[in-house]
Order: sequence, then structure tokens, then C-alpha cells
Amino acid sequence: MSNTITFTIDGVEVTGQSGQTIMEAADAAGIYIPRLCALEELAPHGSCRVCTVMVNGRPQAACTQPIAEGMVVENETEQLLAIRRDIIDMLFVEGNHFCMFCEKSGNCELQALAYRFGIAAPRFPYLFPKRDIDATHPDIFIDRNRCILCGRCVRASRDIDGKNVFEFVGRGFDKRVAVNAEANLADTDAAVTDEAVNVCPTGALLKKRVGYAIPVGQRKYDHKPIGSDIEKK
Amino acid sequence: MAKPKVATTSLAGCFGCHMSLLDIDERILKLVELVDFDKSPVDDIKEFTGRCAVGLIEGGCANEENVRVLQDFRRHCDVLISVGDCAINGGIPAMRNGIALMECLQEAYSTDHRLGPKVHNPDNVIPNDPELPLLLDKVYPCHEVVKIDYHLPGCPPPADTLWEALVALLSDKPVALPYELIKYD
Repeated sequence: MSNTITFTIDGVEVTGQSGQTIMEAADAAGIYIPRLCALEELAPHGSCRVCTVMVNGRPQAACTQPIAEGMVVENETEQLLAIRRDIIDMLFVEGNHFCMFCEKSGNCELQALAYRFGIAAPRFPYLFPKRDIDATHPDIFIDRNRCILCGRCVRASRDIDGKNVFEFVGRGFDKRVAVNAEANLADTDAAVTDEAVNVCPTGALLKKRVGYAIPVGQRKYDHKPIGSDIEKK
Repeated sequence: MAKPKVATTSLAGCFGCHMSLLDIDERILKLVELVDFDKSPVDDIKEFTGRCAVGLIEGGCANEENVRVLQDFRRHCDVLISVGDCAINGGIPAMRNGIALMECLQEAYSTDHRLGPKVHNPDNVIPNDPELPLLLDKVYPCHEVVKIDYHLPGCPPPADTLWEALVALLSDKPVALPYELIKYD
């Protein structure tokens, strides 16, 4: 039997069920906590740290931290907004994010978060890393220039598709998403119908022959900031 | 009182941002009432004639001439604005940044498959005339070369973005753009 837990987010009283994470309870209460690696249908990963909140004065990932009675959560403080902005900035300079020709532009969660935070230009120097593209598969491709290592494809392929097509290899700056085959994506059993293809927040994993299907002005984040669907509740 | 002056330039850009500036339609008449253009492709003035209130920079720095022009703008302009994705992050020209410069030049000029109907370069010569500005090792965003005061992203930035920002600056108001006017594409 689940029992009710009451806590506060930015001074507002929120009620949740025992076992819920801070993010789940906040979503249900119509409070948006920014996130990149978290996705409702996937197990929490806690890797992007964009959802960092202060819990009783200590930083915690809202997507993994369970709620507790009387917990004091801070979400929209100046300090947290600055930390989140810096994380988004770093994701932009660590990859090669050329929005101007990316098919995901307008529907990209990384870009949408930058819009929501009003970022006109990153504050850190661009690294322009050399990353590769895997276009061997007939229906899908990987562009590692746009990968932010959120692990959504890894989790979706493992937990929903039951295929284990993707996994991380390497450490630190050299960490990248690899495929479960000797060489290329074409050698795996990845299919265009896999959920793993749909969950990528950026344009790192895309379906071929879709292109710029939705006109500018009608895309997901053209008019409304990311998270406004949660805040509307 | 004399009108404030605006200067514009396109460094490693495609002039698309300048096209977007022209896209303000009939407001261009109001713009002419508001400002005079100094060094700019709009009026073809090649050198600065004096101090400017606002400098609009399109494109990043791909060669030494780009750097000189950008530094010249910084010296002459009170407020310098990076206009468009190329000025802000290098844009399309910056796609060469992960590849060594010599490799890029060889691919463009000295490989045999480049000998086609549109390229007459029988000796596979890489251009090296003293008249040509030397290329930099990579394409640099403007704010990594000089201090930039404002950034207006977009490819190109919408005409409304340019208009709103210019009018705010010229009337001493803060540049506060609504959500829909900050876009990266």
C-alpha cells in the first residue's frame, strides 16, 4: 500500500506517493524540472545532472532521488539555474552541434533547453572534437557529433526493445556510444521500428529519408518552451 | 544631432544575415531615419569614416583578413554584435575544424578526382598568392577573437530579431527578445 508523502518545492507544498522520485512527483504537480537523460518510460540514469535540485541544502538529481516526508526541495533558484545553464553550455561546446542543418532542429531537447534558458552563445570555448558518423544501416544513422551521452538509446534498446544494440565505450572525453557488433550499426539487429531510435533527445540517432519533414513554425519547440506541457497541468 | 552610425560586415559568412536585415521590409525606411550606415556592404563604404554606435558582424574568422576586419570593427564600434550562427559558433565553415587545414586544401585542390569540368587546375596547385589572405588553422567564433557585446543567433536570425535588437539598442533600452525570436536555425 502506498502512503502519501508531503514535501515542498520552492516553498510550494507537493504531495506524492512513497517510492516516487522528486521528478515524478513534481511532474504530477505541474512543476517542471529541466532534464535531458530522463524519460518517463525509461529507468532513471542520473547522468546529465540538468535536473539537479537542492534537497535540504544538498545537490541531488531529481530523476533518481526518492521523495521523503518534509523534504525541502529548491528548483528555480538563481544558483541552480546558473548550474543548469553551464551544463547546457558545456554540452554545446563539447560536441559539434550545427543546428542550422540538423534534421532534429526545432524538435531537439538540447536546443529547446538552450532556448528556455535564453542562451544566445555559450560562455566556454568550443572544442570542435573529431567524431564519426555511422550511416551503414539502411534505415537509421548515428551522428556522434550530436551525441550528448544521455544513454537513452542504451536503456531503450536494452529494456524496451530487448536487443542491447548500444553501449558506452571509453572514458571521459573519449566516451562514446558503440554498437553491439564487430564494426557497424548495419551488423546489429537494430531496426527502424525500435524504440531506441525514437528516444534520442538530439539528432544523434535518426531515421533516414525523413529529413526536414515538419515545416519551420510547426515544430515542437518553435512557439512554446520545453516543459510548458508539464507546467500547464 | 547627427544620426548614430551603424557598420556591418560579412566575414566567413554567406551574406544570408545581411539578406535577413533587408527582410525587415518597409521598416527599412524607418531604419534610414534612425541611423546612417558607415562601413558596410549595404552602401559599399570600404573604410570606417568615424566612430560607430553599433557594429553588426556576420560570419566567423576563417582567415587573417577576417581577424583584421573584426579588430577594426572592435576599435570603431561602441557596441559589437555577433549576428548569426557563423559569427557565434563558426557555422558551416567550422565543419573543417576537426580536420587538419592541409588535408582540407589537398582534398579541394590536389586530389585527381577534383579535376572536373568546373575546376581547371591541371597541376594540382594549392592557391598560395600573396594577395590571398592566409587561412587560420580553424574557424573561430568572433567572441573568441574580440570582446562581443551581444549575440543574435539564427541561420539567419529572423528580420524581427535584428529589428527588435537594433531599435532597443538605439533607443537605450535593454535587448530583451521574446522566446520566439531566439532560434538557432
